[in-house]
Amino acid sequence: MLALTRGRRRALAGAAALALVITSCADNGTSEVDEDIAAEGGELLLWGWTGVYEDIAEAYMEENPEVTVEVQNVGTNEDQYTALQNAVAAGSGIPDLAQIEYYAIPQFAIADSLADLSELGAEDLEGTYTPGPWDSVTMEGGIWGLPIDSGPMAFFYNAALLEEHGIEVPETWEDFAQAARDLNEADPDVYLAADTGDAGFATSMIWQSGGRPYQVDGTSVSIDFSEPETQRWAELWNELIEDEVLAPITAWSDEWYQGMANGTIASLTTGAWMGSNLQSGVEEGHGDWRVAPMPQWEGEEFTTAENGGSSIAIMEDSDNKELAYDFLQFASNGGGADLARDQGVFPATVERLEDEDYLNEEVEYFGDQQVYQVLAESADSVAEGRQYLPFHVHAISIFNDTAGQAYVSDTTLSEGLEEWGEQSAAYGNEQGFDVE
Amino acid sequence: MTITATDSRTHRTSARRRPARTSMLKSTRFSSVTRPRRSALLTALTSIALIYSLLPLVWLVLNATKPQAELFTSFGLWFSDSFHLIENIAATLSYDDGIYTRWLLNTILYVVAGAGGATLLAVAGGYGLAKFNFPGRRAVFAVVIGAAAVPGTALAVPTFLMFSQLELTNTPWSVIIPSLISPFALYLMWVFAAEAVPTELMEAARMDGASEFRIFWQIAAPLLAPGTVTVALFTTVATWNNYFLPLIMLRDSSWYPLTLGLNAWNSQASTAGGEAVFDLVITGSLLMILPLIAVFLLLQRFWQAGLSAGSVKE
Repeated sequence: MLALTRGRRRALAGAAALALVITSCADNGTSEVDEDIAAEGGELLLWGWTGVYEDIAEAYMEENPEVTVEVQNVGTNEDQYTALQNAVAAGSGIPDLAQIEYYAIPQFAIADSLADLSELGAEDLEGTYTPGPWDSVTMEGGIWGLPIDSGPMAFFYNAALLEEHGIEVPETWEDFAQAARDLNEADPDVYLAADTGDAGFATSMIWQSGGRPYQVDGTSVSIDFSEPETQRWAELWNELIEDEVLAPITAWSDEWYQGMANGTIASLTTGAWMGSNLQSGVEEGHGDWRVAPMPQWEGEEFTTAENGGSSIAIMEDSDNKELAYDFLQFASNGGGADLARDQGVFPATVERLEDEDYLNEEVEYFGDQQVYQVLAESADSVAEGRQYLPFHVHAISIFNDTAGQAYVSDTTLSEGLEEWGEQSAAYGNEQGFDVE
Repeated sequence: MTITATDSRTHRTSARRRPARTSMLKSTRFSSVTRPRRSALLTALTSIALIYSLLPLVWLVLNATKPQAELFTSFGLWFSDSFHLIENIAATLSYDDGIYTRWLLNTILYVVAGAGGATLLAVAGGYGLAKFNFPGRRAVFAVVIGAAAVPGTALAVPTFLMFSQLELTNTPWSVIIPSLISPFALYLMWVFAAEAVPTELMEAARMDGASEFRIFWQIAAPLLAPGTVTVALFTTVATWNNYFLPLIMLRDSSWYPLTLGLNAWNSQASTAGGEAVFDLVITGSLLMILPLIAVFLLLQRFWQAGLSAGSVKE
């Protein structure tokens, strides 16, 4: 199901859309109010770079022929945020809806660029979503977007490669560090993990470890990377960097895909969405990869973190908010969400995640392993209380110049994180926040 | 783009002249104008330059024959086990409802309207500036030379702001209109027209009662043909490969040229849950350069004629 090519996906989307039309005719009692607004018709513009959005839009239009939803791919993540900020600043060309990753929501919410969905009835949706994504879209007493996918973390690994070198799947971070050293010693060309400094990964690891470096309350923000929970991860990871047992390959590069395909990189600790990236980008690994729970800190309760994931938000300047909200509901927790899950998007809604058929699905790519059970368990155990900076997009952009120095110089990761915090704070103060 | 073009131009002329000069100065036993002396060092240097420029092309051709899985596991500069070129081309053309064909047509539109228009304007303008005396001609010259020195990239943002006020962004006009202006092409045609169109010929035509328009079309234009082809090639290459201007002007991917489209495909791999299509990006890039290669081979003849025109006093 997951390894479909785009063309076949399309055909499937069409069939699914047809099925949706039929089901929506069968039980039209559930969303009467929504259908009224959609029956009046209108045009919506959605900015998003994820391929499935177009299929969702098409399915919605099949169901609501009076509505036109246009999807524009303005660029991937930061490129789109820049375009969005430019459009908001210029006051023209603003879309009705936009894909916004969880880490970027505070930035747009604080700038009053997003519509507060609680005014449109989104409060009733609490409990519809798993805790991680819902936490990420709610802040400052408002609801700023509806989750589309989620990225509870797990340990994706090349089982054939680990077995070949007699390495056990690590259950704790201490095991992980040992396994990284053993594997690289067994074969210097093979690394357990690749990392050259990735802000999303680092903050997720800190989150799992129990660190809460960001505290945001309105415009007063505090940044603190000195907590012992943060430090224990930074120290463990710094040793791996110093021992040179992490592959010096940057995530998302061509070389990174190559490393996973040719057996240079043996594992990734990352968000649940990685499954579909592996299947499309690392075909060579078919049958070799498996998914295990994220390694833990010894003796502590099973805890995971989220990494990545997107929501769709409604722009404050949209003059069609109610219709946009109707579409958003469809995309986030209606027929669109079913369609997305069938195309390999990891669901953010409890209903789709707890669906027995889904949980028991044996995924061929992962050697018929029931991977969704592992991922769903992770989604259930996400640590609470993560916050992002209201200028997180900028903070990410300076990560490699600060914390990233630990990977290329004598700076330790702890020192690098401190520098990252200081520079982020300086930027925040320039932007009018009260950062300490 | 213009810089490489100038380079290759000067390079050609000097390569052409050098043997002649050496033979005159030294008049050695082995070399003559028709059979210049061979230099091992120069041959080695040119070979390195040749390999340097051809290697990426060879890599592109070889890798367009591989399925995605084998891209990463096979040696980059040779074929892999399976020959997938036909499948790759079919997939490139049909992926995402055949959007590649749409991008190709957009690119052709931008080239025909943008580069074609730029060539027309440059030929007419260059002819006018070279053959007619009017006050302010020197000022125009200064402006054109100055403008040729400003890279298009530097003008992109002001152009965007201007188009944004005109509400022309995100339309094909926003790519075509800025492409119409090419100071370098104008300068080239100016210099070329000054040499290629004898003023006596124009005077003779005037005596016979031909209108200025007719003189331009029927007498000057054929004489200007080699220069026109050169300018057309420059502007075609520049428009075909244009990336930054459409990047800031266009949001709607159905108006993308191939450069932006391929980049969008490439960045699909770098996002959570995205579908990596490196095989399509590579095959798409190969397909994209084929028309340019064809245009160069077809127009090469005219181009060389245009470059050497005026270099020898007859």
